[in-house]
Amino acid sequence: MARRPLQEINAGSMADIAFLLLIFFLVTTTMNTNNGLQRTLPPFDEKKMEKPPEVKERNVMVVLVNKDNIIAIKGRPIALNKITEKAKEFLSNPQRSENLPEVNYKDIPIIGNYPVSAGIISLQTDRNTSYEKYLQVQNELARAVNELRDEKSREVFGISFEDLEEEKKDAVSKAIPFSISEAEPRKMTQSGG
Amino acid sequence: MAKFKKKASKTSQAISTASLPDIVFMLLFFFMTVTTMKEIDLKVIIQKPQATEVKKLENKSLVKYVNIGPPIKRFQAKFGQEAIIQLNDQFAKVRDIGPWVNAERVKMDASNRAKMTTALKVDKTTKMGVVTDVKQELRKAKALKITYIADKTTKSNF
Repeated sequence: MARRPLQEINAGSMADIAFLLLIFFLVTTTMNTNNGLQRTLPPFDEKKMEKPPEVKERNVMVVLVNKDNIIAIKGRPIALNKITEKAKEFLSNPQRSENLPEVNYKDIPIIGNYPVSAGIISLQTDRNTSYEKYLQVQNELARAVNELRDEKSREVFGISFEDLEEEKKDAVSKAIPFSISEAEPRKMTQSGG
Repeated sequence: MAKFKKKASKTSQAISTASLPDIVFMLLFFFMTVTTMKEIDLKVIIQKPQATEVKKLENKSLVKYVNIGPPIKRFQAKFGQEAIIQLNDQFAKVRDIGPWVNAERVKMDASNRAKMTTALKVDKTTKMGVVTDVKQELRKAKALKITYIADKTTKSNF
């Protein structure tokens, strides 16, 4: 039997095949990455809904956005760009004022004994509030927490919160909890004011 | 004067295309890795709101989308212009959220079920009423991790 010489496979069409696949993936590709504000909802508990846990008045800051998209904190109208400042003051209570939330000293890993604010921000909306406004307010409140954490991180570790190691991030997050309540909507009067 | 006579240029050399498959393969692998197949056709118009404090959504397979917005033109005659919910490929009512969450949860690996995130992709003109209703349904269905989808912007809103 005469052995045939081993023929090389012609790789000339390889490029064509690859191009074909390439074009397919080019067409089907959608490169949008979604960004979002992450939140955790409180569990649904009917007993609690009837009798909400009692919280001292000084520990709650009610941010209200009414049907005309007017924002009010504790009943007073406020501009969108002032919310962050107000929320930061509320959550940190630097002067230990009587009107602002209490602080509870807690042992935090790495940082040590730290006065953790008991303050809760409650964001309430009307059914006719626009989603855009709601998200803007959410964003401002998130910014307040993020800025506080960043300041604390710079004070303790000397670098920004984003650059911290996971462990230290957890510690700072415990010291400055993300206390924005997603609690149930309150039935609001039809005529907002 | 014929001293500087140009040398007759040789027949122009063909560029070697031997490395072309390599280049193409490189591109191919790039696109294969970044590709996410478009899963659904949106039947609602969603203009995402803008925010500065957003985080990137990790692990796409754990994220389930609830789309809320006014229906696109060809459905407007039937459904009106009010914001409406779209789950997967279909329009849905608020009461459909619970069963949908459970169905999606069953589809996932048991180990991942607790990590499921519901992403609320909501048009910015939507009223909060429907969003609040959806949130209540999600709480009842114990899908507590949510994300408000927004575009990242560096400039502030005002």
